[in-house]
This record gives sequence, C-alpha cells and structure tokens, in this order.
Amino acid sequence: MTTGAAPASFVSDAALKRLQKRKAADRRLKYYGLGAIGIALLLLATLVTSLIITGHTAFLQTHVTYPVYLDPAKIDAQDPDKGNYRSIVRDSFAALFPDVTGVREKRALSDILTSAAPYILRDKVVADPELIGETIDFTVPVSDPFDQFMKGNIKRETAEDDRRVTNQEIAWVDRLMADGRLSKPFNTGLLTNADSRFPEMAGLAGAITGSFFALLVCFLISFPTGIAAAVYLEEFAPKNKFTDLIEVNINNLAAVPSVVFGLLGLAVFLGTFGLPRSAPLVGGMTLALMTLPTIIITTRASLKAVPPSIREAALGIGASKHQVMMHHVVPLAMPGILTGTIIGLAQALGETAPLLLIGMNAFITSPPGGILDPSTALPTQIFIWADSPERGFVSRTSAAILVLLGFLIAMNAIAIYLRRKFERRW
Amino acid sequence: MKTAQAESQTATNGATMTPVEKASPQAAETHPVKMTARKVNVFYGAKQALFDVDLEIRDNAVTALIGPSGCGKSTFLRCLNRMNDVIDNCRVSGEIRLGDTNIYGAHIDPVLLRARVGMVFQKPNPFPKSIYENIAYGPRIHGMAERRAQMDEIVETSLRKAALWDEVKDRLQEPGTGLSGGQQQRLCIARAIAVNPEVILMDEPCSALDPIATARVEELIDELRENYTIVIVTHSMQQAARVSQRTAFFHLGNLVEEDETDQIFTNPRDKRTQDYITGRFG
Repeated sequence: MTTGAAPASFVSDAALKRLQKRKAADRRLKYYGLGAIGIALLLLATLVTSLIITGHTAFLQTHVTYPVYLDPAKIDAQDPDKGNYRSIVRDSFAALFPDVTGVREKRALSDILTSAAPYILRDKVVADPELIGETIDFTVPVSDPFDQFMKGNIKRETAEDDRRVTNQEIAWVDRLMADGRLSKPFNTGLLTNADSRFPEMAGLAGAITGSFFALLVCFLISFPTGIAAAVYLEEFAPKNKFTDLIEVNINNLAAVPSVVFGLLGLAVFLGTFGLPRSAPLVGGMTLALMTLPTIIITTRASLKAVPPSIREAALGIGASKHQVMMHHVVPLAMPGILTGTIIGLAQALGETAPLLLIGMNAFITSPPGGILDPSTALPTQIFIWADSPERGFVSRTSAAILVLLGFLIAMNAIAIYLRRKFERRW
Repeated sequence: MKTAQAESQTATNGATMTPVEKASPQAAETHPVKMTARKVNVFYGAKQALFDVDLEIRDNAVTALIGPSGCGKSTFLRCLNRMNDVIDNCRVSGEIRLGDTNIYGAHIDPVLLRARVGMVFQKPNPFPKSIYENIAYGPRIHGMAERRAQMDEIVETSLRKAALWDEVKDRLQEPGTGLSGGQQQRLCIARAIAVNPEVILMDEPCSALDPIATARVEELIDELRENYTIVIVTHSMQQAARVSQRTAFFHLGNLVEEDETDQIFTNPRDKRTQDYITGRFG
C-alpha cells in the first residue's frame, strides 16, 4: 500500500500551522457551546427573577385582627346563615375609630377590610353557632389597595392624587399598625381559596383542582391508548403502506398546534356529544389528544430500546407473542414509558389554548367537585388574572406562574428520578 | 438414562427410525435419527440463504454446524425451532420433521414447538430477573408445576443439570444478570432445560466467553448429550472436534458435507471442507 507520498511530518511548518488551526477551531467550537448555554441560563434566570420580584409579595397577605361582637340581635340563632354580618363587621371595625363620624368617612374606613369580610364571618359563625353573643378576635385580609400599600407597592411619597389610598386612609392604617392589629402571614388563601373578584381573596384552589382532574382524565385516556397503539405498531403491525401512513400521521399529530386540538374539542366534544362546557372532563379529553402522540412516540422508542436478545430468550423457551410482550418487553420498557408519559402530562399541564376554546377560562368561585363541574385550570387561571386590572392580580399572576412552574419542575423531577432509578444497562 | 418425556418421544419415532444410510455402523446403532430436514430452502426477501439442505440430526448426539460467516448455519439452526418465523420477510420451504411430525405443518403451533426444541443464544441473555425466576419462567408459562415445591424441584434439577447449582444455590433470589458471563450462559442452558425439551439448539454458545468458561460449557454440553439431542453452531473447529459426534459443513447456503466428526476432520470428502478445516478460507 505505498502511495509514493512522503510520510506525514510532525514538525514541518505546514504541519504545525495546521495543528494550530485545528486546535483553534476546537476551542472556538467549545466557546460557542458555552456561549449558547450561558445565554439560555441567563434568559431562564431573568424569567425566574422577574417572576419572583413581582410574584413574591403575593405569597404574603396583610391581615387585620380586631374584636367583633357577634350581636344576637343581628343573627338568627336558629339559622345562622341569615344575619346582618355586613353591619356587624363594619360596626365593630368602626368602634376602633370612635373619632370617625361622617357617613362617607365611615364607608371609606370599612373599605380597608376586604369586601368578602361579612362572608368570612358568616362562615365562621355557621361552623360554630356557639359564638353568637360573644366577642371574638376576627382576622380578615385587608382590601387590595391597603395590602399593596403595606407591601410597599403603593408609596407614601407619591402625591395623594396619584395613589389609590388617601392620606386619611394612610393615617388609619398607621393607627392600626401602631395598635399591632396588622400582620403579614403566609398567604394560605393563595392555595386554599378559589378565584374571586377581590384580589386579596383570590386563590388557586379551583385552578389546581381543575388541572388535577383534567390531567387525571388525560392520563386515563392517553396512557392505556398510547401504550396499546405503540405496542401494536412496534410488535404486531405488518410493514405496509397503511401502517406507514399511520406512523407518518402520528408524527404529524405531535406537531399540530394546540389551538387546533382546542377547536376539535369544541366542535366534537361540546358540539356533537354535548358534553358540559368548562368541565375538566372535556379539558382532559382535549389534552389527551395532544398527549397521545407524545406517549406513542416515547413508548415505541422505549420498546425499541429493549434488546432483541430478551425477546429471543423468551421466544426460545416457548413464550407466545403476548407473553413476550406482557411478561418481558413492556415491563422492561416501563420506566421509559412512564418518563414519556410524565413529560407528556407536564406539557398538557401547561397547555392553555385548547382549554380557552372549551371554556375553561370561566370565572368560577368554587373548586370543582368532580370532572363534570365547571372549572378553570392553572394556565387559564394565569390568563384570567393577567387580564385583570387590579394591582393585586399582577403579583398574583406571577405567583400563579411560579406555582405552575413548581408543579412542572416537580413532574420533570419525578420523570428524571424514575429514569435514574429504573435505568438498565444491557 | 433418558427422561420420561424423551422416552415417549422415541416411541413415537418408530416410523422414522428405519435405518437411513449411515456413515459408520456404530453411529447407526447408538444414535437414531431425531430430526430430519428435507429440501429446506430459506429466503430473506428475494435473497436465498439456504439451498435444498438435507440433514439428519441424531438423538443423544451433538451435531456441530460449521462453516464460514454467512454460510447459513445459523439460519438452518433457527429453522429447527421456527425462530425464523418472527423475522418479517423470511420464508422457509421444504420439510423438517421432529420425530414423525412436520414442524412446518399447518397444525403445528410454533410456541409449543419451541418448548420441545429449546435454544441457547450466542450472547448470554438471562432475563433481568432473579436466578430462580429465570429458570421458573418457562415451566410456569407451560403449566409444568402446580405447587411451589414442584417448581423449587424443577429449578434445582435444571440448575444441577447445568452444573450451576453449587455456585448459585445460596443466591437464587439475586438477579441473573449479576452472574459472570460463563455462569450466565450456563443459566441460559438451565433455563432451556427447565421446560424439558427434546432438542437443544445452541447458536455459538461460547463465542462470548473466555477459555475457562468455554471449557466448562463444553464439558456441560458433553454431559447433556446423554439426555438430549444437541445441535451447536460454532466458529471454532477445535470446539466442533471436541464436543460433537457429527459435523455438518455449510458453505454459501449449501450443505457441503455431513458425517462423523472424526471423518470430517481427518478425511473430508469434499475439497471445500478440506480447505475450510485446514484454514485456507473462512
């Protein structure tokens, strides 16, 4: 195999020059990569930081605590549901400020409390009718402008005309503060309350429950269907034009924009089948359409990754095709299948457009009790709040995004954990 | 000397046991024909891999299939338990008999056939389950044990026959994949034995093993010959000479020559066989 050319030299000028060039190219490639990762991390950090900066205040909520006399004259002891709680709440609060007398001032004063305060008190009394006739320490959220003032989002230095709270109101708040009646505990309402018109009362319970039900429906539909379809395509389907067509279409399905699935859900599930609007059932079914191709594709990949030697081993001792699949291949592929499913569900959790189209962006003030009750979902709740003008909803929107991201990170972490734990090397 | 099942099989063999031409009279006495291949042709799509192969495989003997890579010896081996069925575009014509049944007959269930004709593969492929489960899986799917005690017995007997019992009896619940390569291969042999087959096919069973493990497996093959019919594909001529009683030489899809192993290695009739065993090609 002599070619006549001189053997390569390690030391000639040309060789050294080429070497330098090659090394420089290697270095450049490395730096491009580092640069790309740096930019990606920077963008992510910007996103999360800005969310935390706007959203962190929503995790705390200013509350005011004051004594309330539950006047038996104003509450029907037989049926505590009925009673003039509005007057009870206001009068007890006004009692803290005996110097305030004018009708307008009194109304402005009671506006410090959340408008939902009478209902909170009513629920408390209904739960424990023994309280009637007693004086209790009543803790309620303050209404949004005062909450924002306490969190520093409304500044004292701003000219009075430019801010939502007047000097008079600031004076009242200062007095409440001096009396130690204001507190800023963790905002449990954000997770336990459903949506509300009042930002200080609005929470994500409805959205979280709605998302949970929708994902449950989505999982129950797409997981068995996806695995069955993948097993058929991978192990049983004959190789012909028809199965090729199915394969191409499944891959295409994964690329269809989600809004199209939403329209499909609207037309078919709501229009043709007449299923209830805004229900997690329909949301889940629509999301299942989107998750299905992801599950089919990842399941097929995991089935392919099971080495043929295992199939042969099982066939060789006389296992039938279904025994090979159900006893060996599918269990071995399960970690991969689960990982794909969780990632598919995580995508579905963040999906907004299809849910908007089937009406899961309704204003609903109680968490759904089942899959047929109208409800919102986390991403649609974010959409609704982002649309609301109140200052309180701005920070709550960010907080809701953080909660959603938290769920997504948790789901992906589970997927990674499962993959690590059950990963097999052959 | 033989298992009950193998005995009953021999009984049904009567028809095919009529003497066919034998290379040596001694072989005819001790080794009746177990499987017969007649005019076997195999196609992968349009490509023909085997041409009119006629071969007799004798009971209680080790038949070695040798030949250069791509000569069709593994293809032929896989015809014997219809493992080729699972390959999409593979087509087999001709007739292969196990006893007096044509295994390519219309009423034959390949799944049951594979319980009677077991297989051991090139690379040890234990299931990623416990040693016990590896053995117990076959008997379980074929309903061979009703009670736990029976299963325990099958597992122990199979492992003993595969000369693995003493090495693993204290760790039956540990994963089979944790054993060494040679132990894994013997586990695979034990797994094949557990369903009580009549014939065991081995596709280069030692090619992934070191010499010491190879020696143990060869020793085992020699012991198993007492109770089973064994067909082994091997690339090693020495191995064929060591373990087999009969040898078949394949070349380019044709069965060139089949005879007593001694005869093949000392006095081959065909020029191609001679060239191959003397290392001139392959």
